[in-house]
Amino acid sequence: MSIMEYCGAAIVAMVGKDCVAIASDKRLGQQQLTVDMEFQKVFPITERTYIGLSGLATDVKTLHDRLRMRVNLYKHREERVIEPKTFTHLLSHMLYERRFGSYFISPVVAGLDKNNRPYICALDTIGCIDSSSDFVVCGTAATNLYGACESLWEPDLGPEELFETISQTLLSSIDRDAMSGWGAVVHIITPSGVITRDLKSRMD
Amino acid sequence: MDAQFAIVGRDFAISVTDTGVSRSIVKMKHNQDKSWQLTPYTIMTVTGEPGDIEMFSEYIQSNIKLYSVRNAQDLTPKEIANFIRGELAEALRSRNAFSVNLLVTGFDKVTGEASLYRIDYLASMAKVPFGSHATPSFILYSVLDREYTPDITLEQGLEIVKKCIAALKTRFVVDMPEFTVKVVDAQGTRSIDIVQV
Repeated sequence: MSIMEYCGAAIVAMVGKDCVAIASDKRLGQQQLTVDMEFQKVFPITERTYIGLSGLATDVKTLHDRLRMRVNLYKHREERVIEPKTFTHLLSHMLYERRFGSYFISPVVAGLDKNNRPYICALDTIGCIDSSSDFVVCGTAATNLYGACESLWEPDLGPEELFETISQTLLSSIDRDAMSGWGAVVHIITPSGVITRDLKSRMD
Repeated sequence: MDAQFAIVGRDFAISVTDTGVSRSIVKMKHNQDKSWQLTPYTIMTVTGEPGDIEMFSEYIQSNIKLYSVRNAQDLTPKEIANFIRGELAEALRSRNAFSVNLLVTGFDKVTGEASLYRIDYLASMAKVPFGSHATPSFILYSVLDREYTPDITLEQGLEIVKKCIAALKTRFVVDMPEFTVKVVDAQGTRSIDIVQV
């Protein structure tokens, strides 16, 4: 089994009308053994940019700690909040720095820029940016998520419709993936603020 | 193969380890205490590669003691767990990684809450209500999942510990005749003789 599938994760981000959503499961495992059902994989970077980190749990924490430091340094140096696109390039550089000994992480970034335009993208372990105008997925349930996204997502969804869509997408995907699930969390980023909701899901 | 597990209630934590030290097929010792006192309110139990355990645990214990002496204040369990994880994660991506699995149990005097941090040799850290490591965890987690509720009392916690030990003795191939049981709460840390509970 690959090191990328050691801990298990399901993360998805979607674009709506003047809003974006990012959702993840809560499981932390060691292969088939479930260790924690409250593991955080999606983190706020700024008030309107969120990042989801799927992959090896140790690198989730290490990378999040380092990103927090770099974003704080940016804030002090530039005296402004980092934009999602700028942040993605910062992240991309941090990942490529470790080209021949990479973090075992594939991240997803979701946010609204200063003009309230939605921005989502996914990166691979060495920082290749794959931006999208509809949805991005990562984790052990990525294939399941692609299928569910293709059939459920549609353009110009409002915040509440987007919440319903991303929740159903995630829940139906993790039900067929043994490595992810055990609860889920959804963040809807809107110009007026972020709505965070925990989802109940099958705990088996 | 060593067994370690821990349980957290609202204002106490119980940490349990077996006492055996073996090398290959030979038992070298029967009464090893595998827990390390970090502050009066925090203990860590460590299993894994014997040499790494000694080197890593002594390093952590000394540095946390140094912090206490320098600042006239002890680190909280959360701070300790994050410090340990940082050191382990840095070592992991160097030439000398430590092959150690840890459970950090502690009581925070300020918040009045007990906590348990489960850190494995890859430096994955999780704050959990109960935790265990390696092969014995396959047996222990099923007992803990069935018995545990967040509002257990210390007596109920010790009953769960007894059931866990019973499960290990009946279902696990490795013989573990004795266990060290320690409780951390507002009074500090104390050892408990599980037979007399």
